[in-house]
Amino acid sequence: MDDLKYTPLCAAHKSLHALMAPFGGWEMPIQYTGIIAEHRWCRERAALFDICHMGEFIFRGDLVADGLEDLFTFSVKSIPVGRSRYGFLLNDRGGIIDDLIVFRLAEDEAMVVVNAATSDNDFSVIRSRLKGGADFTDISAATGKLDLQGPSSREIMIAHFGPAVGQLPYFKFMKTTLLGVDAIISRTGYTGELGYEIFLPANKVVELWDLLLADDRVKPAGLGARDVLRLEVGYSLYGNDLDETITPLEAGLETFVKFDKAFIGKRALEDQRTAGLTRIKVPFAVSSRRAPRHGYSIVSGSDTIGEVTSGVFSPMLGYGIGLGFVPPALAQTGTPLTISHEKVAMEATVCDLPFYKGGSLRS
Amino acid sequence: MEIFFSKEHEWVKVKDGIATIGISEHAAHELGDITFVELPAVGKSVKQFEVLAGIESVKAASDIYAPVSGKVVTVNEALETTPEIVNDAPEDAGWIAVMEATDLSELQNLMTKAQYEEYLKNL
Repeated sequence: MDDLKYTPLCAAHKSLHALMAPFGGWEMPIQYTGIIAEHRWCRERAALFDICHMGEFIFRGDLVADGLEDLFTFSVKSIPVGRSRYGFLLNDRGGIIDDLIVFRLAEDEAMVVVNAATSDNDFSVIRSRLKGGADFTDISAATGKLDLQGPSSREIMIAHFGPAVGQLPYFKFMKTTLLGVDAIISRTGYTGELGYEIFLPANKVVELWDLLLADDRVKPAGLGARDVLRLEVGYSLYGNDLDETITPLEAGLETFVKFDKAFIGKRALEDQRTAGLTRIKVPFAVSSRRAPRHGYSIVSGSDTIGEVTSGVFSPMLGYGIGLGFVPPALAQTGTPLTISHEKVAMEATVCDLPFYKGGSLRS
Repeated sequence: MEIFFSKEHEWVKVKDGIATIGISEHAAHELGDITFVELPAVGKSVKQFEVLAGIESVKAASDIYAPVSGKVVTVNEALETTPEIVNDAPEDAGWIAVMEATDLSELQNLMTKAQYEEYLKNL
């Protein structure tokens, strides 16, 4: 294991008495005052997250001739400049190397935003597949990222950075100047709430963090709250719900795979689609306040049929929720399941996403 | 009423052979936001240091062990809908269960408050 990495905000987190823990090779804040209080603040007001651990790459070249267009499960060339798109980088077996977002910065320029733990490998896989004279650079170390998420985030962003940001629709971004430097503000996030992701030079992150936290409407939130928030709306977490042994079809994320274009792993996915799936990821709700957790067994009758990949107590719903694998025959909404771990058994039912439907995401 | 603590961070207060049981301030803080308490059945008999109840937080699921042997006579039913009381007042309103203790000499296997505070320093 390599040494832990630290974001520019490490001292700021410590001064807020954050509980710190390793995540994806980084020392990150798990909570400040408490996971549920931070979660609630994000659902009701606006929470600020240090997301500097995530990776960013810049591609400059011909999207098609240099091969970027043929790598991911979605088309990059059809993303309008100023918009972004979510999808996957797969291995040749169709397994998910990473889930990522591509931002179309210009006709011949794109930014790829990836998970922290997978960042170095993603960069070498992508670079090894690019052709021609494309310029492909890992800017992660020089790039900071803060997420401001919650129903009040738009009015807060407008108050600090001007009215233009208020016009951004979901999955659109703007290049702008913040604190005197170039920055990108994107209307995206990982919480199910109206929110923004802000990319700017790493050496300006502390200044932006202090500026936003000085606003009474903003409180910091850690990765603990972020995990509850993302699962309440059914988003997958790489390393828990997705990995190189899981295909997007098995993950129930086929909607982010475009079979009318080339991508790494396409042949394997086509074969899997023809042969039929042996397992598929489903969302389920528990009938009590008990939380299912990663690795718990899913049981039907007396047979173990699958495994929980993520689970949590939902503070918004008041019961346990989770994602896990089941055989396709047991994937229909309403199918009863038992979640089992040692002496604990929980009754659960396959349900629809999102679990929590009250978010301000598209407001 | 004197309070005793176990190494697994349960507390017990005994009066006239009736033992009130909960988890310590330290345990509640370490668990973080408590989301579920699996209360024992009234009438259940347990021996000292056997599993009495279960507790879950956002972060983890843990067992609660009986600090003394006995039979459960009352449980804190308020925890079924508002388990966060355990975070707010772990050594008071956040009590878990009341037992009829069968052997008060077992208190010798526990720590006094001063001993427990010393024990926490060395964890």
